[in-house]
Parts: sequence; C-alpha cells; structure tokens
Amino acid sequence: MVAKNTDRIEKQVFLRAPRSRVWRALTQAEEFGSWFGVKLDGKLAPQRSVTGRITSKGYEHLTFELQVQQIDPESYFSYRWHPYAIDPNVDYSKEPTTLVEFRLEEVSGGTQLQLSESGFEQIPLARRAEAFRMNDGGWTEQMKNIERYVAA
Amino acid sequence: MSRRSSAALRVEQAAPLFAALGDETRLALVSRLGSSGPLSITRLTEGANVTRQAVTKHLQVLAGAGLVRDEWRGRERLWVFEAARLAEARRCLDVISSQWDDALSRLKDFVEK
Repeated sequence: MVAKNTDRIEKQVFLRAPRSRVWRALTQAEEFGSWFGVKLDGKLAPQRSVTGRITSKGYEHLTFELQVQQIDPESYFSYRWHPYAIDPNVDYSKEPTTLVEFRLEEVSGGTQLQLSESGFEQIPLARRAEAFRMNDGGWTEQMKNIERYVAA
Repeated sequence: MSRRSSAALRVEQAAPLFAALGDETRLALVSRLGSSGPLSITRLTEGANVTRQAVTKHLQVLAGAGLVRDEWRGRERLWVFEAARLAEARRCLDVISSQWDDALSRLKDFVEK
C-alpha cells in the first residue's frame, strides 16, 4: 500500500469527445503542446525522443525531453521523462525517469482516459521539490492545496 | 513570492522521506510497525529475511527520515512508527497529482471544444 501511494499517480477522466479526437490531442505534437503547455520540436513516434520547451509565461527558458515508448493507435500512448529536469546546467540523462501512460477506452457518449505516472521513488529527492517551481498554470490551485496542508 | 519559496522549502524537507521508503525491506518494516505497533528489534528481525544488523541499519535510515523513532520501555528498546511523517510524504505526491488534474482539465477543455 505504501509503495503504491508514494510511487504512482493514477487518474481517470471522462471526455465528451470521440476517441479519435482524444487520440489526436495526445499524440500529435502540436495538439499535445497546446493543452500540456509545451512546444515540441518534432513528432511523437515510438522509441523516439522529442525535445520541447515550456510555453508558460516566465518558464520559456526551460527545455525537456519526452522519450516516447509505445504508441498503439487510439488505445495506448506512453513516454518517459525526467519530470523535474529544470536546470539547464545539469545533465539529467543518467538519472531515472518516470513512465507516463495514457489509456483510452471508447464509452457511451465519449472517451474514458486513464493516466498513470509511475517511478517516483527512483527519482532523486531534490528534483521532486523543484517540480513545484516548474509548474505555472496550476500554481494558484496548488498553492491553495499546499497552504491547506501546511495549515493542517 | 515568499509564500511560494516557503512551500518549496517545505517540499524539499519532505524529500528524504521518499528515499527512505524506496527500499523493499524498509517498506516492510514501516508496514509492520504501522500495523503491529511498537516492536523490538528481535521481533522485527523475525519477520524479515535479513540479519539483525541489516534491520538495524534500515531502522536507522528510517529514523533519519523521521519515519520511526526508538523508545525505551523498561529494559526493552522499541521501535515506533511516526505516522505524521508518512502523511507528509503522501501530501507531496498529492501536489504532483494536482498538477495532473490541471493538465487533464486543460485537455478536457481542449477536446470538448
């Protein structure tokens, strides 16, 4: 139980859109970038790495790399990355990555999307803290969460 | 800004917890202390597939991260699980988890447009 809670994040979301639409949003570089908040320098293809740049204001200098693992059309998409690789002067290539997986399922009225990110326990500790400085869009919300936790 | 950095600091302080838990034997020790209450090193070694010396070392790592502490009851030294620190580790993952909530909600807006 403990292992599961500290190593893995899982999410489920129902999307009122056809599976093919969701699939495009996940696997076409430009579309992925527009909701994820990054600009990717190339296409997403199995076993290929793509570099990208954060588009959130104030974080444009940050680059990262997605190591695409597997693409099974309209059902499964996965990549590895260094979730907290935000310091341009540090070589992260030898460090462990987390695995991000998207699973799609057609359901009545839309698409069920399952997301998981796993491998957090392998990540160097300091990186996890840095992750919070990297994120922009969700900061307001997260600050509320943190404040709640700190106050608790 | 100062709020933000204090939050980041808070997260940094919790980071050693994740390292302490990133080991099967230590997870098992934490789990046993959590479910069976304070235990002596003898009892803890009985349930582990490692030597008493190894268990002692693991307990020291866990103690360093604040997950367990030792206390004397009479002439017996017992190890106690500190639930509060584990809760702190979970909260850090919760924050990362909320980043995904934000991203998925942007995805939802994007595909439902």
